[in-house]
Amino acid sequence: METSFSGRVWKFGDKINTDVLYPGLSRRLPDDERPYLCMEAIRPGWSRQVQPGDIIVGGHNFGCGSSRPAPENLKALKVACVLADSIARIFFRNSVSLAFPVMVAPGISAICEDGDRLSVNFLTGAVTNDTGGATLTAEAMPEDSPPMEIMRAGGIVPFLREWQKTHA
Amino acid sequence: MGSTIAEKILASHSDRAVVRPGEYIWARVDETNAVQEPLVLKGIKELGIDKVFDPERVYSTIDHSSPPQDIAHADSTQFLRDWTHRVGSNFYEIGRHGIQHHVLPESGYVRPGELIMMADSHSTTYGAFNAASACATLESVFVIATGTSWFRVPESIRIEFVGELPEAVLGKDIILDIARRHGTDFALYKSVEYGGPGLHSMKLHDRWTISNMGVELGAKFAICEADDVIYRFLEGRTDRPYTPVFPDADATYSYSEQIDLSKLEPLVALPGDPSNGIPVSSVDRGTKVNQVFIGSCSEGRFENFELAARVLKGRKVHPDVRLLASPGSQAVWRECLQAGIWDTFTEAGALVMHSTCGPCQGGHLGVLGAGEVCVSTGPRNFAGRMGDPTALIYEANAAVAAAAAVAGEITDPRDFL
Repeated sequence: METSFSGRVWKFGDKINTDVLYPGLSRRLPDDERPYLCMEAIRPGWSRQVQPGDIIVGGHNFGCGSSRPAPENLKALKVACVLADSIARIFFRNSVSLAFPVMVAPGISAICEDGDRLSVNFLTGAVTNDTGGATLTAEAMPEDSPPMEIMRAGGIVPFLREWQKTHA
Repeated sequence: MGSTIAEKILASHSDRAVVRPGEYIWARVDETNAVQEPLVLKGIKELGIDKVFDPERVYSTIDHSSPPQDIAHADSTQFLRDWTHRVGSNFYEIGRHGIQHHVLPESGYVRPGELIMMADSHSTTYGAFNAASACATLESVFVIATGTSWFRVPESIRIEFVGELPEAVLGKDIILDIARRHGTDFALYKSVEYGGPGLHSMKLHDRWTISNMGVELGAKFAICEADDVIYRFLEGRTDRPYTPVFPDADATYSYSEQIDLSKLEPLVALPGDPSNGIPVSSVDRGTKVNQVFIGSCSEGRFENFELAARVLKGRKVHPDVRLLASPGSQAVWRECLQAGIWDTFTEAGALVMHSTCGPCQGGHLGVLGAGEVCVSTGPRNFAGRMGDPTALIYEANAAVAAAAAVAGEITDPRDFL
């Protein structure tokens, strides 16, 4: 499991909800088209601009709203990870289940701007803005915590596959 | 140091004497569901799950796409139906179905003191019945197979109610009021605990809504204290024993407040977020409404339609408005039929639909076009929620919604009662 990332920042505001990340109607689209509706309601065209390895920085309550698998779209767009001042619980858990790295980083919005480069370590929580120089410590999950075990396994499906082997 | 309701339920389900906020634990889950989420079904297929932890405690409702609106949903419905028959779990066939957050309590499957993990964000609903209930969507495949899940023990917030709700003020308004004062991340990662004399004066349908909308405050759990209202509701619906859970007097809360229910008024959350609430009397007149939706897991109870019918009685839906009504379950549909409520709705020119999540989540039935204006009793009003991202959703209670349907614009329902 990759635990450190360095990439360009796309900065979004507060309350980026799952209707924005994964619109209900986009469910009708084929898997390879669905990700391109991500953020379309608030930042048209973004899904065509974002590059593999880029990092999303959110404000408060990132991923609030419904439980649809919004991290799937970000994974498909090859976003490296999400850091936000606070993250909605359901989005957080869905991300763990998909082994998509997200981390609560209080104050992150204040120390970076769109286009900055950010370095992030998911084990220590160390975050550095390589453009402006600011740093902060995000809320890394303990290495022995269940969500980290699931992340290391590659998500909830491979994690369950392991469980099945020992509980056959 | 004492424990909150959430701490007690998590401790009892993980064989610990106590648990404290911030701890990570594995715990036994009492009830869970299998839904049409494609990634969950893919997991079931990939892993060949042909056995569930307890068939009697796994439920499937076809609510988000009932009946299927396209071939993809018809296929996933058929897969789920076959799979539930194979593993022997509960399946609500279309026609005898409902929105899961209504039909599961109605069937007596949700009991005080339980730990519940269900796919769907509004799974906080079961807190109305004194259960610690949270959403687990993609991980539901794990819960279905193992009957366990991981938790980070949440801090708790205590809301103490006093007084009684005035006429035309509902559970919806309680949450819109908390959201406008504290924001929709008020309870992020936390357990909200509702209690006090005002809770016990509150009718069950309003408790149902305040737990349902707990997730709109960011909450993991939204748990009501149990009382005779709950015990009576469960009589004849379940024969499983249950143990209500109350907090210790010296439990620790990250925040607590008292709300005087008698001081609340009908609110309207302006488009974009449930925290945009303002009193209905302050909403600008003159915004023409195209669609009104009464229903959803938030306000799909018999009492919600009964109240709306009082507004509609002897009146007509405005010529430029379509009013859609969809009850929480088909049992509520019949109850409304037998009470003459659908007579009032259809006499007024409303469309009475079956029980479905369709309109509320923009999936099918009542999808909004560009720039359309809707008043909805659904639990959230984000841009794009009900269809086109430029459509505007005003979120309000069933009385406000019915009054808007008649007036063609948002107006105070108390003038109609």
